[in-house]
Amino acid sequence: MTVLSADALVEVRGLRTWFPIRAGVLQRVRGFVRAVDGVDLTIFPGETLALVGESGCGKTTVGRSLLRLVEPTAGNVWFQGVELTGLSREAFHPYRRHMQIVMQDPGSALDPRLTVRDCIAEGMDAFGIGADHAERTERVAAMMRKVSLDPDTMWRYPHEFSGGQRQRICIARALAVDPTLLICDEATSALDVSIQAQILNLLSDLQADRDLTYLFITHDLGTVRYFATRVAVMYLGRIVETGPTERIFTAPRHPYTKALLASIPSLDPDRRSTRPVALGDVPSPERPPPGCHYHPRCSVRRESCSRDEPPVVAFADGMSRCVLALEQREAEIHAG
Amino acid sequence: MSAAALLAVEGLSISFPGAAAGERMRVVDRVSLSIAPGETLALVGESGCGKSMSALAVMRLVPKPGRIEAGSRIAFEGRDLLSLPVPEMRALRGARIGMIFQEPMTSLNPVVTAGEQVREAIELHAPLSRGDARKRVLELFAQVGIPDPATRFDAYPHQLSGGLKQRVMIAMAMAMRPRLLIADEPTTALDATIRAQILELLRNLSASTGTAVLLITHDFGVVNEVADRVAVMYAGGIVETGTRHELLSRPRHPYTQGLLRSIPRPEARGGRLAEIAGAVPRPGHWPPGCRFHPRCPHAFQPCPVEEPQPTGVSETQAASCHLVAREVGS
Repeated sequence: MTVLSADALVEVRGLRTWFPIRAGVLQRVRGFVRAVDGVDLTIFPGETLALVGESGCGKTTVGRSLLRLVEPTAGNVWFQGVELTGLSREAFHPYRRHMQIVMQDPGSALDPRLTVRDCIAEGMDAFGIGADHAERTERVAAMMRKVSLDPDTMWRYPHEFSGGQRQRICIARALAVDPTLLICDEATSALDVSIQAQILNLLSDLQADRDLTYLFITHDLGTVRYFATRVAVMYLGRIVETGPTERIFTAPRHPYTKALLASIPSLDPDRRSTRPVALGDVPSPERPPPGCHYHPRCSVRRESCSRDEPPVVAFADGMSRCVLALEQREAEIHAG
Repeated sequence: MSAAALLAVEGLSISFPGAAAGERMRVVDRVSLSIAPGETLALVGESGCGKSMSALAVMRLVPKPGRIEAGSRIAFEGRDLLSLPVPEMRALRGARIGMIFQEPMTSLNPVVTAGEQVREAIELHAPLSRGDARKRVLELFAQVGIPDPATRFDAYPHQLSGGLKQRVMIAMAMAMRPRLLIADEPTTALDATIRAQILELLRNLSASTGTAVLLITHDFGVVNEVADRVAVMYAGGIVETGTRHELLSRPRHPYTQGLLRSIPRPEARGGRLAEIAGAVPRPGHWPPGCRFHPRCPHAFQPCPVEEPQPTGVSETQAASCHLVAREVGS
């Protein structure tokens, strides 16, 4: 077992979340979708860790597994040094307050039958925050002001608000219980460009103001470079590279990270992007390729990659799960 | 308007019934644009700006109870599309004008194999034998980069990945060698690495076949990858047009400028993103004068009262903005 970082806020080791595939009249399990298949992850207090990858890579399932919105199949999770694995629902409940989530679609995340006041107060009710109804309402008003919504609108219903405003309501609801960790799962992906900037700025301000830690799950790499302190890149259920944001963007080590970065469309009219680097399509997480999961799409693969599990190579500033990383580390050591 | 235009849209307005009886609400208001043969024009804007509705109008597919208003004109290869009899319009659609949409899954029939669907599309327009039509499908599959075309011919849509489904849609749209391809957010539902592949394919196809493309997108990255010219839409109208290079390097309309500044870029790291204040007004709630004025940092006295007209700032670039008009005029 790896040594745990003493100063970590969240520590994840060997996380596995598999979903059974059932078929036939008897609904026998005929296989598993290995959405998350052995993930190690550390989140430090106050940082913004971006978890990036394409659809089906398991990034959303990692976030949901941390909150036990889906039950992990195996692995351990520590929060502020306390092991959450194996806690009963009741014993887990108080920790849930410290870990909140904001999801992609603010439309479906809010109960259409509740007023905005009740949407935001839901969590406070669940965790017994605020002495009475009036105090909670006061706190709802304060939260609405924090996210630049007019508190006078708290008796309206979610559908009366625009997409950007609804996402502000979701953020206010998450923050109303005073969490330590906020998981943003594609929180700005469904919003228009001009609104996305408003929400990203709001998240930045709130983080500075309230000492929040973010797990920022996204497929949008432009946002990542602007917003994240550190990056973890996921591919088919596994983390393939981690590192500080600037290093990931300027000197990526894993071939998949390089392909992802090369696929960001440029906004510079004098420079259209280079040719696509990743070959073919993302395979199904139901039948991940043997050896390195990325090898069928990799342009620099070796013969052994289709056979052997890639080594997890630790660097001073992160890791890379790739056979090339051994040589990269060697070269970096020699370079000084 | 240039006589050589493949597609010329003039004063296109589209309306839907409003809340009050008999009231019509415009969602597209006097849009004019033209596309030369072989050219790729990107129509860019945020959701609800009317870009998709404008594209549907070109195919005469505006959903009911929507209506193209009198005074609108759409000419394709010199023919007036809005007065074309329905059978002729149908013959044009899918043959001279191809289309692809954001969600390939909803556009493909789930119970018919990929190859069969493309073959049906060909047989609808061309008197080919089944064998020849099949051969043409396999050619098309190879052309759009579908690996192992013979196997994929017999695959059902659900057996294909998102990227492959979009390639099948593109093969179908290109089957009759159309002169115009209308692509509505063709890569929005795709992953980054797949998006890069599809954009390259669109660029290459347009170059090799001479097909013009009307590309609908909200993403300036996509614009930069494939467009020759760009038209930016806001609240039902076109606010700025220009070449790809002009709009990305020297946008003149405050809305275009704001949009480009609000995209997170590497250079902006750590700082604040530029915001456009407020929200996009809904159809029926468009402000008077310049529709962007309540959100514009430069609004001055004519903006709330007088509608700005397009002002040319170069041979190819024009912006509908009072400030630009004043700067150019002085």
